[in-house]
Amino acid sequence: MSEGGPKPSSSVKLVLLGEAAVGKSSLVLRFVNDDFQENKEPTIGAAFLTQKCNLPNRTIKFEIWDTAGQERFASLAPMYYRNAQSALVVYDLTKASSLTKAKHWVAELQRQASPGIVIALVGNKLDLTTQSTGLEGSMGGLSLSAAANSGADGDDDEEEEDARQVTTAEAKGYAEEEGLLFYETSAKTGHNVSEVFTAIANAIPESTLKTRGGPGTGRGGAGGSSGDTFGGTGGVNLSAAGETNKDACAC
Amino acid sequence: MEEHDPVEDLKKGFDVVVMGTGLTETILSGILSVEGKRVLHIDKNPYYGGDGASLKLSQVFAKFRGETSKSTNDPKDKDWNIDLIPKFLMADGELARILRSLQQVQDNVQFQQIEGSYVYRAHSGGILGLGGHSGVIKVPSNALEAATSSLVGILEKGRLKKFLEFVANYDDKSGPMYQGKNLDKELMKTIYDQFGLETATRDFVGHAMALYSDDGYLNLPARPTFNKIRLYASSVAMYGSSPYIYPLYGLGDLPSAFTRLSAVHGGTYMLNTEVLGFEYGADKKVSGVKIKFEDPKHDGQFIDLVINTSRVVAAPEYVPEGKKKVPTGQNVIRAICVLKHPVKDAGDNSQIIIPQSQIGRKNDIYIAVLSDKHHVCPKGYFLAIVSTIAERGDNPQDELKPAFELLGAIEEKFMGNASILWEPADSVEIEDFDNIFVSKSLDASSHLESCTDDVKYLYRCMEGKDLDIDDLKKTASAE
Ligand SMILES: Nc1nc2c(ncn2[C@@H]2O[C@H](COP(=O)(O)OP(=O)(O)OP(=O)(O)O)[C@@H](O)[C@H]2O)c(=O)[nH]1
Ligand SMILES: [Mg+2]
Repeated sequence: MSEGGPKPSSSVKLVLLGEAAVGKSSLVLRFVNDDFQENKEPTIGAAFLTQKCNLPNRTIKFEIWDTAGQERFASLAPMYYRNAQSALVVYDLTKASSLTKAKHWVAELQRQASPGIVIALVGNKLDLTTQSTGLEGSMGGLSLSAAANSGADGDDDEEEEDARQVTTAEAKGYAEEEGLLFYETSAKTGHNVSEVFTAIANAIPESTLKTRGGPGTGRGGAGGSSGDTFGGTGGVNLSAAGETNKDACAC
Repeated sequence: MEEHDPVEDLKKGFDVVVMGTGLTETILSGILSVEGKRVLHIDKNPYYGGDGASLKLSQVFAKFRGETSKSTNDPKDKDWNIDLIPKFLMADGELARILRSLQQVQDNVQFQQIEGSYVYRAHSGGILGLGGHSGVIKVPSNALEAATSSLVGILEKGRLKKFLEFVANYDDKSGPMYQGKNLDKELMKTIYDQFGLETATRDFVGHAMALYSDDGYLNLPARPTFNKIRLYASSVAMYGSSPYIYPLYGLGDLPSAFTRLSAVHGGTYMLNTEVLGFEYGADKKVSGVKIKFEDPKHDGQFIDLVINTSRVVAAPEYVPEGKKKVPTGQNVIRAICVLKHPVKDAGDNSQIIIPQSQIGRKNDIYIAVLSDKHHVCPKGYFLAIVSTIAERGDNPQDELKPAFELLGAIEEKFMGNASILWEPADSVEIEDFDNIFVSKSLDASSHLESCTDDVKYLYRCMEGKDLDIDDLKKTASAE
């Protein structure tokens, strides 16, 4: 790896949200290890993983927080996403109810998380659909790239053999209304996975990056407003001892 | 995916079922999970923290006034995190020590110092003596500060300095014998006498440094008081101006952080879950708990389920009065006050103690003052949460009056009924103990030291050995 001078590098907390089994952990596994497991067990006990994302003029180090199973019975603590600068809200595009759940999480993030949070809505398991968008009847063969889609007033009827239950148009329309990034992905094939993370990295405003604390200072707040926690007066670093083991397991 | 059905998973049973997500319970379930136990943690509320939760302003309106619509649509509502039970952490106390050894909890919660610790001093006998210099004075944190504090007279300064140096040089590890005195025998009163300290000085040493809320300690052996004064001093020494630290976003973030620790170590969490009852085996020990909860797969559908377990940890509200819990006799009254100004002479985040002696009471009144610096209210607002042990049944409003007068104009004041402090009624020592371990209510003190005492006590009862915090650190980081 060549390093053309010291690029600024910042840590960004990214949280995963979404119904059980939509593929949250699989997306991370694909992004971090470029791997996929056919029968991945439900997440119980993941802490977090880190992965760098190199942009032309800066490096973003994602601290990716998986839900550790606390959402299985709808028991996630707001603390989990409060200081997040970015969130991946995932649904399974072969399961309509998972989009409803995703919308619930988006609303919750908008209510509770930092105002500047970057949210990406991700429809996963694209490989399970035979056609690309669920709108073929009216739209013709659209490309797999969700970002290329436009025009939402199609015929919502699904083709018999297609497992897709959420059309691209429906989810994309919703994402636009709410100001979310939107992608359809497959953790299985890797389609669009790194694109999601790069898009998030690009969307994080520079201003929210500067104020992050150094190693061992705990998680800084999102947004500049709370960033003075550890730099300014009164901030307390409980373990002045320093570096922490961040690269914990994800199951 | 059939074998990963969460309900099927519940049916496998648990080593421990924990009821209530207050701080005591969540620290315990965090520790037990780290140690590899299979833990199920239940709360009947839809939020974490139990009585020790931090609520939004809209939730506070709903709770105290039944006004459900009030300010829920206010975009600033999320900026409020109002503690139902305000407490601070001693920077060098046990809870901070536990937190230091659990990096994963620290990852989730940030602390900030409380800037000052103040004590109220009435002049010419009583708060109504408006003519004098009644007001709050900063508590000296060490011998040096004591020597310059306006709390004590010129002659007294030398005596106080001597006394504090004497206490500072004591080391509890070398036992009760200290400079010819047996601190397990000698009463605190006697030691004060030996140093010739005035009543007013004893008052602030005992109440503002050792943090006793009444004068009972005077007639008890001196050793615990020495240790409390030393804890105060070593806590101040850690970060500066006060011995206290406090989590951003309210105290309620602490239970949340411990639930995350537990979950990361395999703990299962269920909020909004009603406990229908306990099941017992032939040996009269608990064998399971019956719960009612919403099916994760079918919104709005509820399931009754018996979950097998051989041990239960329960907050007092999950067990009936009588066999399992009794009132301690202490009831706490608290008032949440919203201000639009900092408290005069005490800054925008501080603890103010109004010693009982200054206002003719038996128990001190505490005021926790917080601002947007700790992310508990929007900019421009201040929270002052007042609490004391009730001494009369009739008029709690009146009992807190000296505090309200200190606060000046109060925008909103929320007061509920006095809350009963509970303690467990039975113990492991009894022959037919049912293996349901009940925690104590969070006490009336201004800090969390007694909470960690309870954690250690319950741990010892459950595991038959002392909690080894250093060992925990090794286990937690060996992931
Ligand atoms: N075909 C296909 N299967 C996928 C894809 N992503 C995940 N899966 C499968 O879906 C199942 C659930 O994936 P996980 O990554 O464990 O889902 P999760 O959202 O982390 O689930 P929880 O941790 O239980 O909340 C696993 O069997 C995966 O192999 C995908 O893109 N395509
Ligand atoms: Mg997962």
